[in-house]
Amino acid sequence: MTDQRSQAEIVRQSLKRRYRKERRFRLYGMTAIVIALASLFILFADIIGKGYTGFIKTTITLEVTLDSEAMYLDDPTDADQRSMADFNAPIINALSDLIPGVENRAAQRELSRLVGSYGASQIRDMLRANPELLNTTQTMTFLAHDRVSVYVKHADNPNYSIRLSEQQQAWVDELVEKGVIETSFNDVLFSSGDSREPSNAGILGAVVGSLLTMVVTLVIAFPVGVAAAIYLEEFAPQNRFTDFIEVNINNLAAVPSIIFGLLGLAVFIGLFGMPRSVPVVGGLVLALMTLPTIIISSRAAIKSVPPSIREAAEGIGASKMQVVLHHVLPLAMPGMLTGSIIGMAQALGETAPLLLIGMVAFIVEIPDGFFSSATVLPVQVYLWATSAEQGFIELASAGIMILLTFLISMNALAIWLRKRLERRW
Amino acid sequence: MQTANLLPLILVLALVAYGLAYMRSRAVAAPLGGIRNLKALPFYYAARASLWCGIPALIVLAAWVGFEGRVIQGIVLATLPPELIPTSPGQASLTLSQISNVAAGKLNPDFVPEGIAGAASLLETLRSNSATFKTVLVLLIAVLGGTFAWFRVMPQVNARVSVEATLRRIFFVCAAVAVLTTVGIVFSVILETIRFFGKVSFVDFFFGANWSPQTALRADQVGADGSFGMIPLFTGTLLISAIALLVAVPVGLLSAIYLSEYANKKVRAIAKPLLEMLSGVPTVVYGFFAALTVAPFIRDLAETIGLEASSQSALAAGLVMGIMIIPFVSSLSDDVINAVPQTLRDGSLALGATQSETMKNVIFPAALPGIMGGILLAASRAIGETMIVVMAAGLAANLTANPLETVTTVTVQIATLLVGDQEFDSAKTLAAFALGLMLFIVTLILNVIALKIVRKYREQYD
Repeated sequence: MTDQRSQAEIVRQSLKRRYRKERRFRLYGMTAIVIALASLFILFADIIGKGYTGFIKTTITLEVTLDSEAMYLDDPTDADQRSMADFNAPIINALSDLIPGVENRAAQRELSRLVGSYGASQIRDMLRANPELLNTTQTMTFLAHDRVSVYVKHADNPNYSIRLSEQQQAWVDELVEKGVIETSFNDVLFSSGDSREPSNAGILGAVVGSLLTMVVTLVIAFPVGVAAAIYLEEFAPQNRFTDFIEVNINNLAAVPSIIFGLLGLAVFIGLFGMPRSVPVVGGLVLALMTLPTIIISSRAAIKSVPPSIREAAEGIGASKMQVVLHHVLPLAMPGMLTGSIIGMAQALGETAPLLLIGMVAFIVEIPDGFFSSATVLPVQVYLWATSAEQGFIELASAGIMILLTFLISMNALAIWLRKRLERRW
Repeated sequence: MQTANLLPLILVLALVAYGLAYMRSRAVAAPLGGIRNLKALPFYYAARASLWCGIPALIVLAAWVGFEGRVIQGIVLATLPPELIPTSPGQASLTLSQISNVAAGKLNPDFVPEGIAGAASLLETLRSNSATFKTVLVLLIAVLGGTFAWFRVMPQVNARVSVEATLRRIFFVCAAVAVLTTVGIVFSVILETIRFFGKVSFVDFFFGANWSPQTALRADQVGADGSFGMIPLFTGTLLISAIALLVAVPVGLLSAIYLSEYANKKVRAIAKPLLEMLSGVPTVVYGFFAALTVAPFIRDLAETIGLEASSQSALAAGLVMGIMIIPFVSSLSDDVINAVPQTLRDGSLALGATQSETMKNVIFPAALPGIMGGILLAASRAIGETMIVVMAAGLAANLTANPLETVTTVTVQIATLLVGDQEFDSAKTLAAFALGLMLFIVTLILNVIALKIVRKYREQYD
C-alpha cells in the first residue's frame, strides 16, 4: 500500500514538469510553423515591395518643333539624310524652352540626357512614317532616361543610388512640378521585348517564349505521360523490364533539373544538331523533365478508378483496350489533367536546364515561331536580376510577380478541376 | 516544306484516310447486310487507316529531322578544298558557323575564302534539296500507307485486333521513353567525361584542392592549363546543403508534428497549403530573394556585430535553400507520421503518457526510417539545386568551412562553364560534364537509398 501511494505521489509530483514539457513542445511546433509561414510572407512582401515600381514608367511630354534646319533634314524619306540628321535637336530645344537659362552646349547635352536614349529614334521613326510632319510642332511623350526614372521613383530609397548631377536633379524637380515629367502605368513592360535600357525593356518576348516552350512541352509530355501510365497500370506484364521502367521513372523524378540541361545540350544540340536557344529544344528538355510527374499522377488517377467499372465493361464483352479507352481513361482524366497542370507549372518556373541550352541569349525581338531564338519568363527574371543596371531590379521583381501570377492561376485551375470533376468512389 | 507545316499536313492526311476508310467500310458492309457482318466496327477500319497513314510518315520525318543537320554538315565539310579542311573539331565548328553565316546572308561572301563561299552555296542547295526530298518522301509514305490500309478494308479482316495491338505497342514505347531518357543522360555525360579524363587525370580531379577552369587562349600564357580539382566544389556544395538542412529539418519536422498531432482542422486546412506553396515557388525567385535581400542583410548584420561577411555568403544561399526544402521535409514527415498505426498512439496515451511523450518515445522512433528517407530526398534536392546558388553563392572556389565566406558549388560551375558560347572540345566544357556525372551519381545514390527506406517503411505498417 505505502509503496503504491508513494508511486502515485511521484507521478503527481512530476506532472507539473511533464505538462510544462508538453507546453514547450507544442510551442516549438508552433514556432516552426510560424517561421515557415513568416518566410513565405517575407518572400512575397519583399518581391512586391521591390517590384511594384516596375509597373510604373516615367515619361516626359514635350512640345517638339520638328524644325528641318535644326535637324539638318530636308526630306525625311531619304535614308542617307536620315542617317546624318540630328534628331536630338528638337528634344534639346523643347527642354531648353521649358528651362530657360541653359545656354552652353555641355549643359544642353546634360539636359537632353533626361530623355531616354531612344527619344531621337522615336522622332526619326515618326518622321519616316509621316514625312509631312516636318516643320510642325508636335506633342510627343518620351520615356525618361533610366536615371531620371530611378530618381523620380526612388529618391528616398537608400537601396538606390541616384546617378544624376545636382543640376539635373533640380531640373527634374522643376519638370515634375510643371507636369512635364509624369509617372503612369508601364505599358512598355507588357508590349515589348528585352532591351539594354531598363525603361524600354518589356517582358512580352519572354512571355511569348514561355508560351511556345510550354506548348511543345504539353504536346509531348501529356500524351506520352498518359500513354506510359496506361501501359504501366493496365498492360505491363510483371517482369524485370517493367520493374526497371518503374525504378527509372521514380529516379528521374528526383534527378536535378540541371542534368536535363546537360542531356539537352549533348543530345538535342550536340547529336541532332538542333539550333540553340529555340523553344523546341527548351520544350523537349522540359517535357522529359515533367514526364515523371505526369506519369506518376496519371497512374494514381488510373488506380483510383474502382475495379467494378472494369469488371462491368468486361462483363458485357469489351476488349481490354476498350475497357481502358472507353471507361477507365475518361474517369481518370480529371486526375490526369490536375497532375499535368501541376507538372506544367513546375516546367514554367524552371530555369537551370534552359540556361545550358542557350535560352539566356539577349533577344530583343518577340519570338515568332518554335524555331526562332527566344527566352522564357524565369530566365528573363534571372537575366534582369543579375544585370548591373539598377533599373532592372524592379523589372526582375515585376517579372517574378507576373510569373507567380501565372503559376498561382495554373495551380488554382488544377485545384478547381480536382474539386469540380474528380469523383469519389 | 518546313517541318512545322508538314506535321499538320500529315495530321490532315490521316484524317482524310480515316474518313475514306470509314466510308469504304460502310460501302463494303452494305451488300452483306449492314456493319454487323464486318469483323470489326467501321471505326476500327478507319482508325487503322489513319494509323497506317500517320505513323510510318511521322517516324521517317523524325529520323530525317534528327539527322538532316549532321549529314548535310558532313557533306559540306567533305567537299571543301583540301587547304580548308579543318583538322580539329574546334576548327570544324568554326568553319561550319562561317559557312552557315554566309549562307544565311549575315556574312558577306566577298570577305571569306572562295572555298567557304562555294560551300555556303552548296549548303543552301543541299538544304533546299533536303527539304524537298523530305516533303515528297514523307507525303508519299503517308499516302501509300493510307492507300494500303484502304484496300485492306475487308469484311473478313479484324481491324480491331490490329489497332489494339498497335496502340499497345505505342503505349509501350511511351513508357520506354523514361528508360531512354535515363540512357540518354548516362550516355551523354559519360562520353564527355571519358574525354575529360583523357585531358585531366583522375587524381587531379578527385583530390585536387584547386579549381580554376580558365584555360588560356595561347599555350604560353601563365596558368594555361587551368586546374580541375573538385574538392573545393564538393565542400562548398556540402557546406551550403548542410546549412539548408539545418534550417529545413527542424522547421519542417516540427511543423509536420504540430500539424498532424496538435493543430485543429481549421489551422491544418490553412497552414498546409501555404506550406506547400513554398515548394511551388520557382527557384529563380528564391535566387533573387537570396541574392538581393538575404545576402545584403546578412552582410550588414555581420558587420554590426563585428564580423566580416562576403556579399555572396554561403549562409545566405543555404538559408534560402533551407526555406525552399521545408515543404519536402514537412510533407514527407507528415505522411510517415500519419502512417504510424493509431493503435500505437492510443496505447501510449492510455498508459498515461502526454502527447509530447507519445510523440517522442513512440511515434518518432516508429516513424524514424521514413523521416530519414524524407531527409535524404531533401538533401539530394539541396545538392542538385542550381538557381539559388548561381545567383547567391558566387564563383570563387574557396576551400573553407566559414559560412560567411563565398563558396561555389558543383551546379554553379556546371552552369557557368556551359552558359554562353563554348568550344565543344576544351577541358573547360568537358569538366562540366564530368561534374554533371558526379552530381548524377551522388543524387541517384541518395534517391535510391531514400526510396528504398520509404518503401520498406510503408510495407511495415500496411
